[in-house]
Order: sequence, then structure tokens, then C-alpha cells
Amino acid sequence: MKILVTVKEVATVEDEFEIEGTEIAQQYLGADLNEWDDYAIEEAVQLQEDGIADEVVTVTIGPEDCEQTIRQALAKGADRAVRVWDDALEDVDLLDVNAKTEILSAVIEEEDPDLVLSGVQAGDDSFAATGVSVAENIGFQWGAVVNHLEHDLDDGIASVRRELEGGVEELTDIELPAVLTIQTGINEPRYASLRGIRQAQQKPMDVKALADIGVDESTIETELELTDMYEPESESDVTTWEGSADETASELGELLRDKGVAQ
Amino acid sequence: MTDVLAVADHRRGELRDVSYEIITAGRQLADETGGDLHLAVISGTVDEFADKLNREGVDAIHTVSHGEEFNHDVYSQAITQLYDELAPQFVVTPNSVNGLDYAPAIANELDLPIVTDTVDLETDGETLIATREMYGGKVETTNELEGDAVVTIRGAEWPAAEGTGDAAIEAFDADIDEDAIGSTVSGFEEVGGGDVDISEAELLVSIGRGIEEEENLDLIRDLADALDATLSSSRPIVDNGWLPKNRQVGQSGKVVTPDVYIAIGISGAVQHVAGMKGSDTIVAINTDPNAPIMDIADYAIVDDLFDVVPELIEEFEG
Repeated sequence: MKILVTVKEVATVEDEFEIEGTEIAQQYLGADLNEWDDYAIEEAVQLQEDGIADEVVTVTIGPEDCEQTIRQALAKGADRAVRVWDDALEDVDLLDVNAKTEILSAVIEEEDPDLVLSGVQAGDDSFAATGVSVAENIGFQWGAVVNHLEHDLDDGIASVRRELEGGVEELTDIELPAVLTIQTGINEPRYASLRGIRQAQQKPMDVKALADIGVDESTIETELELTDMYEPESESDVTTWEGSADETASELGELLRDKGVAQ
Repeated sequence: MTDVLAVADHRRGELRDVSYEIITAGRQLADETGGDLHLAVISGTVDEFADKLNREGVDAIHTVSHGEEFNHDVYSQAITQLYDELAPQFVVTPNSVNGLDYAPAIANELDLPIVTDTVDLETDGETLIATREMYGGKVETTNELEGDAVVTIRGAEWPAAEGTGDAAIEAFDADIDEDAIGSTVSGFEEVGGGDVDISEAELLVSIGRGIEEEENLDLIRDLADALDATLSSSRPIVDNGWLPKNRQVGQSGKVVTPDVYIAIGISGAVQHVAGMKGSDTIVAINTDPNAPIMDIADYAIVDDLFDVVPELIEEFEG
């Protein structure tokens, strides 16, 4: 069985930051492997270790800068990576769900995996829609917000648990091929070993332009336009206790005694 | 004049709160476009649901009786057929776990743009302006698109619709292709049972990412002991396996309403806040004065938890 994992490098923002136009000013931004994708990678690598997957391939939409992040996935055990980038993507502020769907679908059709694992959402733009959109687009089955996958996919069925609200899980059987969007907590993502990090440098990373995967530039003209970005108005009317730790702790102690919840 | 099609959410025989909120959101859009608000009720006891949802602002309710529980293939087929029949400008669905299991699929199928997890919507009949958060709530953004779209709304952002409506309730004869159904729900399970029910506690000491390492949890256990409080946590602590699921406060965990909730090293993501905002008094201990938890906290200590918590333990033990 072949597994494809979508991997995104997400922008992270410092606690204190400034906004320039419709973007966070560059000096306050960092980059990291998307947290949800880390769990998706781990699940794929565990399926490989359990002898269920023969090959784990990652796919990323992103510029050369994000190769270091992709190498993290390779260091954790993925076999090879596909990275799609194009000059035409350079000036797009916000790649909307349909544009991402077109690009990822083209790669999936080329790779022909049995199972696609995708993080539930990206930590930066949090659309939580691409995995299901891709599945529908390529005619795969799907399951959103999966927090358990049985490692027994022999009869072409993925038995999963979907994490619903309020501590309820839905037990669902999904026919393969399928896209599963992976929720945090499904496993414990490993740290890459030094050996893994060394090996990752030698693993193949195919870089493809849109034309290479047969995607027309016009299809990535995003319909959704980001027009404004601002810090949400604080509705806070918090009373902040000032002083040293023993002073603030004693303020809190007094409150707890006043409320009658501690003595 | 363009219409709005909103979709109700239900589970195990109960309508979820967002089903009433989506009427308010949908009504507002329909007012702005000068159109009608249609509501789709799919699967389960649809007639009973339709009666409950017949509140002020709904023009028509379309019921699709097929199966008991949510199935994304049934929803996708029913909604795309309703879309073809009604030709609405906007399809509005909850940004729930189930909403996210079909909304992107219908957007793709109908070749429409999708904007998810919106907290405010506005339209002049042509352009939709959707407000949503990015970077875990650090910023809000407005996003514009022209023409038809699929929109998902965040729960508890719009008030629930009230009153009694006079909507026409009609059974919609959807043509559900059973062969196209590729997933089957075999059951549900409540998780997070066990020794402790955090929703019963009067005083909760709740810990988040700020604890950094599993071994540091002992410090918070000591605090809970000293205060005779119950220990709870935000999602990352449970994801890491440091505490069992029954200790998790939030959207996918428990909703708690203690007399006092002490949030230690918890930034206050919207999913967490959904589970604890009903607490009588909220105290935040956090190094970041701009953390979202400060928006709902009554009292705050902006300081390192590793400095404050030992002092607090001493205060009650000493």
C-alpha cells in the first residue's frame, strides 16, 4: 500500500507583532511544520513500520524555503517528497481551497496512492477544508477529523474514529482509496533521530512546476480575496494583579478564600 | 434577489445549538440579498426537527428523510440537488466536525468557492465579505468573494433564532444513490469517562502548553492537592498523553462551569474557551498579556507559572 501525506509549512507569529497591509510584518513571522501534518506523518510512518504501507510520499505546495520543513518529514521516516512551486504562485496572497485542491489532486492522480493522510487544518489559515475537497475532486472516499485509525486495511476498508464535539467519537468504516484528515492526539509524533536527519538529506525531493503536473495557471486564480487584517478588539476587562510572584499569589489566595473554594 | 440555503446539524436524535444560530446568520444574509431563507433538514426524525426549527425568519424548510444519522454522502447528494432546485446564492453550513465533512465536498462538486469558520458575514447581494480568524485567533481578516459560495459558520457567534415561524415545511424528494455511499457509521462512543467528572468541580486548576514538560505536571498536581481542587487541562496536554481524556476542557472535551477556573499556561484558543467560558470567575496565569485567555479572564497574573505556582502552594500549605 502506498500512502501520500500532505505536508504544509505554516507561518507562526510571535506574541508581539505588527500588521503591514494584509500581512503580518515579516520580522514577526517564523515557519514550522504544520502541527496537524506532524501527526499525519507519524500515522503514515507507523503504518509502514507495521508492514501495511510500502511507501510513504509527502506532497507540499511551497517555495524552496520550505525544504527544511519537508526534510523533517523525511527524517521521521517518509521515503520521498514532492514539492510543487511555480512563479505563478509567487504573488498569490492567499491560496484558496479550490486552488490547493487542483494542485494536490494533480499530484495524487500522478502518484496513485491507496490512502492520503492530511492534517485536519493548517495552523495559520485554518480552513480545514482541503482534504475533503481533494477527496471529492478525485473520486476518493474520505473522513474528516480522524483521531483513530485501525492498522488493518486488508479488505480495502479503513476503520476510523471521527472526533465529534463534546467527547463523542463516531466509529466509521471508509472504503479505500480515501483521504483521511488527521486530528492531533491520534498518536505521539516522534522526534527525528540523528540517523534519520542524516538519511533525509539523501532522500529524493521532486520539484515540480504547475505545467509538470498538468495544472493550468488560470485554475489557481483564487476567488477568495483577503482584503483586511487587524488585531481583534480586546473585550477584556481583566483585573491584572501586579507585583512579585509571592504578592500576586497571595492576591489569588485571597480571592479563592473569598469565593469559599479553598481554605 | 438571491436566496440562502442553510443546513441544520443534529446528532443522535438531538438538534445541535448551531442549527438555531444558522437561522439567524442565514436570515441576515437573506435580508441583505432581499431573498428567502431555506433550511435543509437531512436524516433522522426530520419532521420533529422541522417543527423545532420553524422559528422566526425561516421561509421554507426542506426535509430529506434518509437514515438516522449523519452521512456525508447523503448530505452531499441532498444539498447539491437542493442547490440545483433552489439556485441559492449562498449555502451556509455549521463549521462543526460534520459540517467540515461535507461542506468542502459540495463546494468542489458545485464548483463554488468555500470560506470556512466565519464569525461575521455581510453582503450587498453581489460581494460577500466574510470575517474569519487566522494564526490561532491572533488576527481577524476580512475576505471577499463574488457570486455564489459555500460558507461555514462558527458556533456561538450568532444568537439562536427565537419565536415561532410560519415556514412552509416540505419533504424534498432527493434521489440518493446508495452506490455512491462509501462510508458507514457503525456506532458512537462517549470518551472521557472514568474516575473524575471535571464538570462537577467547584474549583478547577487547569493546565496548558505552558507547562512545557510532562514532569512539570507534578507541580500542578501539588497545587491541586494544596487547594483541594480538581485538575483539568487544555487539549495539547491530553494530545501528549500526559493526562487522560476525561480531564480535557473544551469543544471536543468537557464543558465546565466551576465557581473558579484557574487557567495556567493556557493561551485560550476558541475551542478551549467554548468549554470554560461559563465559569463564574476565571483567573489566568500567563506570561503573555495579549493571550486570548485575557479577553475572558476576570483576574490575571502576568508572570511565569513556575514562579507563581510554588508561591501559591506555599500559601495554602504553609
